[in-house]
Amino acid sequence: MESNGEGASRIRREIEALKDEKARIEQKILDLEAQLQEEASLAHQQQQSESVCNGCFPSVSAADANLAHGLTADSIYRYSRHLLLPSFGVRAQSNLLKSSILVVGAGGLGSPALLYLAACGVGRLGIVDHDVVELNNMHRQVIHTEAYIGQPKVKSAASACRSINSTIQIVEHEQALRTSNALEILSQYDIVVDATDNAPSRYMISDCCVVLGKPLVSGAALGLEGQLTVYNYKGGPCYRCLFPTPPPATACQRCSDSGVLGVVPGIIGCLQALEAIKIASDVGEPLSGRMLLFDALSARVRIVKIRGRSLQCEACGENTTFNQQHFKDFDYEKFTQSPLSTSPPKLKLLAPDSRITSKEYKERVVSGEPHVLVDVRPEHHYKIVSLPKSLNIPLTSMEARLPEISSALKEQEEGTGSGANLYVICRRGNDSQRAVECLRNMGFDLAKDIVGGLESWANDVDPNFPMY
Amino acid sequence: MHLMLEFGGGLELLCESVKVHNVNVDMPKGADKLTMKDLLAWVRTNLIKERPEMFMKGESVRPGVLVLVNDCDWELSGQLDTTLEDKDVVVFISTLHGG
Ligand SMILES: [Zn+2]
Repeated sequence: MESNGEGASRIRREIEALKDEKARIEQKILDLEAQLQEEASLAHQQQQSESVCNGCFPSVSAADANLAHGLTADSIYRYSRHLLLPSFGVRAQSNLLKSSILVVGAGGLGSPALLYLAACGVGRLGIVDHDVVELNNMHRQVIHTEAYIGQPKVKSAASACRSINSTIQIVEHEQALRTSNALEILSQYDIVVDATDNAPSRYMISDCCVVLGKPLVSGAALGLEGQLTVYNYKGGPCYRCLFPTPPPATACQRCSDSGVLGVVPGIIGCLQALEAIKIASDVGEPLSGRMLLFDALSARVRIVKIRGRSLQCEACGENTTFNQQHFKDFDYEKFTQSPLSTSPPKLKLLAPDSRITSKEYKERVVSGEPHVLVDVRPEHHYKIVSLPKSLNIPLTSMEARLPEISSALKEQEEGTGSGANLYVICRRGNDSQRAVECLRNMGFDLAKDIVGGLESWANDVDPNFPMY
Repeated sequence: MHLMLEFGGGLELLCESVKVHNVNVDMPKGADKLTMKDLLAWVRTNLIKERPEMFMKGESVRPGVLVLVNDCDWELSGQLDTTLEDKDVVVFISTLHGG
């Protein structure tokens, strides 16, 4: 009989082997799907050239004559419920089939937008993203499945779109959108859908659409609210007309910090697909010069009238000189004071001697050093998970609660008869630095923060500590 | 003058997480009307409980905040000079970037 240790390592080896096999099979599926896609588009082209040939001869059947609108028999069947709509019909559907739409971001907004755009028969559908699928995306990014965790979102989204509709062209742009590649990518499409999650990307995509003359369907969601509008459409305003000056970086909350109810970007993403379909098929009144505001908690949708194109706009105004070269040279991260990528910023506020690492903190706990650990995260974060014996005093209320810190320190000192240290922790190590700076100004000269916060505790000390 | 004020897009966090405020605002002494400029000053004094710089910059709202008077962008009604009337609905909304 093998010992426990040997048994465990045998199981681990077996798991590894199975995982390798799973990865091989998944890759094989991807390859086959790509092949299938190619076959389908070849067959499609053949069919089309045959129908052109038929046109050389006197019409042989009513069906041939009716195919003048360009829809194949398969398309007629697939999109029949669209064709049956008097206000949509054959004209709008063939417009859609001839159109091309680019979705920037395959996340919470992009997921439903892409699913509907693929299903409805947009002729060419492009996807831009540079991220990989993560478990904490899955509650809202419904285009991805668990099997794709760790793989590029573009691959995952493209495969989902192909499995819904193998007759359209899906283009994968597996890269981060930058000023260096945006003109080249966006110029290949008729309509752009902004499904990104940060301020610099929104300015960059809007400016790029202005210099290329493309309509932009812009959606955003955070927490329990969503917003939607169409920019740069038939003389309507662009993003800069509405927001000529970027907001302070502290006003730009991210889903990874503030949270978001999964279905909220889902709703906005669906509405983005709808607006893109209306523009592509030339049906209805796109949401230009108006903005839709969605509040999930009160179940209210408000549609408001917004300003028109601004004559003073730096991107699209009357006397602007903004062109493709200016666009390429423009520094959007500097302009908005925030990064184009979604990775959270790493603040460096404190000198190294005002900080300790999570490993050092662990050693001090083990050695029984008298100390107080203040956790400055908001209360609802603290409720998710926290370190033992920590004192939760959120950064926003710290100044008013300094006496609590003083008395906790005193208590520690009474027990041991020596001075107690003061440590501050937060989620990632940014707020803890702000807190220590404030504490030192208020006379707590020994305050130190824990570098990298609970994230580094989970990475470097306790791999079982839950992260969120 | 009775007004309904609404805060959204995160601005409600500056007024104790209350989104809708039904308020009575008096006209400034000696004035015969209430403008958005007066209302902003009133909101800052009476409703904003923390980080006023996240709401205002100078005498106007900070960049990234849309102001809607009766569902219409205040740029179209004269911005700070917009004259308010009884029962008007004023919405302050911070633009979102998430997705
Ligand atoms: Zn503009």
